[in-house]
Amino acid sequence: MQAFLKIEGLTKEFDGYKAVNNVSLDIEKGEIFALLGSSGCGKSTLLRMLAGFEEPTSGRIVLDGQDLAHVPPYKCPINMMFQSYALFPHLTVWDNIAFGLKREGMPADGIDERVNAMLKLVQLEKFAKRKPHQLSGGQQQRVALARSLAKRPQLLLLDEPLGALDKKLREETQIELVNIIEKVGVTCVMVTHDQEEAMTIASRIAVMSEGRFLQVGKPSEIYETPATRFVADFIGNVNLMDGTVTSDLPDHVVIDSADCKHYVGHGITGTEGMAVTVALRPEKIHLARQKPADDFNTTQGTIKEMSYFGSFTIYQLELPSGARLKVSLSNTQRHRDDEFTWGDAVWAHWSRSAHVVLTR
Amino acid sequence: MKNWLDRYWNGRSAVIGAPYLWLLVFFLLPFLILIKYSVSEMDAVRPKDLLHFKDGLLQLTIKLSNYVFITQDDLYFKTYLASLKYAAATTFFCLLIGYPFAYFMARARSTVQPALLMLVMLPFWTSFLLRVYAWKGLLSTNGWVADLIIGSGLDQVLAALGVITAPGKLMNTPFSLVLGMTYTYLPFMILPLYGNLSKMDLRLLEAAQDLGATPWTAFWTVTVPLSKAGIIAGSMLVFIPCVGEYVIPELLGGPETLMTGRVMWDELFSNNDWPLASTLAVVMILLIIVPLALFNKYQAESQERRK
Repeated sequence: MQAFLKIEGLTKEFDGYKAVNNVSLDIEKGEIFALLGSSGCGKSTLLRMLAGFEEPTSGRIVLDGQDLAHVPPYKCPINMMFQSYALFPHLTVWDNIAFGLKREGMPADGIDERVNAMLKLVQLEKFAKRKPHQLSGGQQQRVALARSLAKRPQLLLLDEPLGALDKKLREETQIELVNIIEKVGVTCVMVTHDQEEAMTIASRIAVMSEGRFLQVGKPSEIYETPATRFVADFIGNVNLMDGTVTSDLPDHVVIDSADCKHYVGHGITGTEGMAVTVALRPEKIHLARQKPADDFNTTQGTIKEMSYFGSFTIYQLELPSGARLKVSLSNTQRHRDDEFTWGDAVWAHWSRSAHVVLTR
Repeated sequence: MKNWLDRYWNGRSAVIGAPYLWLLVFFLLPFLILIKYSVSEMDAVRPKDLLHFKDGLLQLTIKLSNYVFITQDDLYFKTYLASLKYAAATTFFCLLIGYPFAYFMARARSTVQPALLMLVMLPFWTSFLLRVYAWKGLLSTNGWVADLIIGSGLDQVLAALGVITAPGKLMNTPFSLVLGMTYTYLPFMILPLYGNLSKMDLRLLEAAQDLGATPWTAFWTVTVPLSKAGIIAGSMLVFIPCVGEYVIPELLGGPETLMTGRVMWDELFSNNDWPLASTLAVVMILLIIVPLALFNKYQAESQERRK
């Protein structure tokens, strides 16, 4: 069966520079898919091609069997929620939502019914007669969502949907946004540079850099099994240690790095003597005063920095080689008798399944 | 008293006060003198004072007959109407030509925009009189614009529309007058429109297209409503000076295009009737102040809306 949205070998060149470089992607109906990357990685260009604002240099965009690569935006069954919303300042909330329906030539009572349903969906019934500037940021965001959903698009595009909101509001709106999208059941592609946003909203994520997809997968796959150094480093906090494979057996490998020997409890595709990078998430590391029994997966260090985040604290250890190791500990108790503090000499250790071995 | 001085006499009030003082001395005061003249009686050469002291009686004479007079002779009504008509036509054509001009200027590459802006203002470097005079030559028999119009048969159309007296005769007609005024005032339409359109958020047009509006519909449903303030500002800047325009009708207009400016000139210099000329001026200012007040009200409202 063919995917609902199929992107094949899509490329966009600007003056010889490939903003989007030969990307292919299948998205299933009802999915919420996130394009994640830092600014300039090509994610917005890709989104604008889906919306019809940019003509692809080559490649195809097929939505439900229909090729859309050269269809102008006003004919695409795709609607977009713009970054910072682009609400029409001269129109009321009601008229903003009705704008697309009027262009369709929908009869007046049909428009009435649909707009009221949309206002109800985003809980803005009381604000129908207001102008956008009379609304708060969160309310504007909901108007923008209602406007982009009013035409019942086959595909909804979200460009940094929560970028203009402050942190507290963003967390509340994330959940609301997902609820609304799931209620409507629309397939959705969003663009964001905020990994938390991508992970909480999307069912799958594509990490982009320099116009290419580095990895496509579920949020947990991307976080726990990053495919490359770049992805591991880009998503969340990570310790990267370069090392060499000294023992390569089917059920485990041993990797020597500057400060410790890693015992990895699974086989890898590689050979002895190969240079690899070990990625270790800070929350997978434990600290102790005493040297652990195991000789593997442990290293000594001195606490140089502490950053208190409330629910957890990040300690930076200086290792014998001079490298730094980030360790995140959950603050499960209000007071601890034996709290770690600056200058403490401690042992860090982690389990045999904590690492990700990266060959790229 | 000292407190009051401290509170109000500072650099800020001086900066605000200076232009107001200017307007007071050079606009409000002359306007009051004008009103005074309009209700005075005429002496042999100049208007009499309103206050007389004679035989122990202080007399205040206010003569309102001029205001009554201009409503009775339909010459004045007709010239006001002609002034408003030609000013309106000029505003219309300035908008018709100026809007697309400003639009494409605002959408041009940002590197060429300063050059385009310069070109709009370039005519101001030549004397206004000279430029209007040039049209006289261009539109007279054998002038090349006249040749072009007559050669293409366009004069037949203009004659049929009644804006020139006869085919082949372009000068001293409503056509030449409105052409001259449109030419002269076009930059005053373009500049505020450009200022407005260049600030427009282009993503709004993308949003309109995304929602199914063709570029043409997006223009009429988004661009035009959002440039309303620019349209009004440009129209006011063209309309108001056109109503009282004297030089252009004098040089390019004809017997049918008698406008208020010309009538005022005649009353003042030919008939030496200062009170009547003043009355005409006062009424004209009132005619202009009404649309201006409407404009200000709109501006204030849109300011309010932007808050």
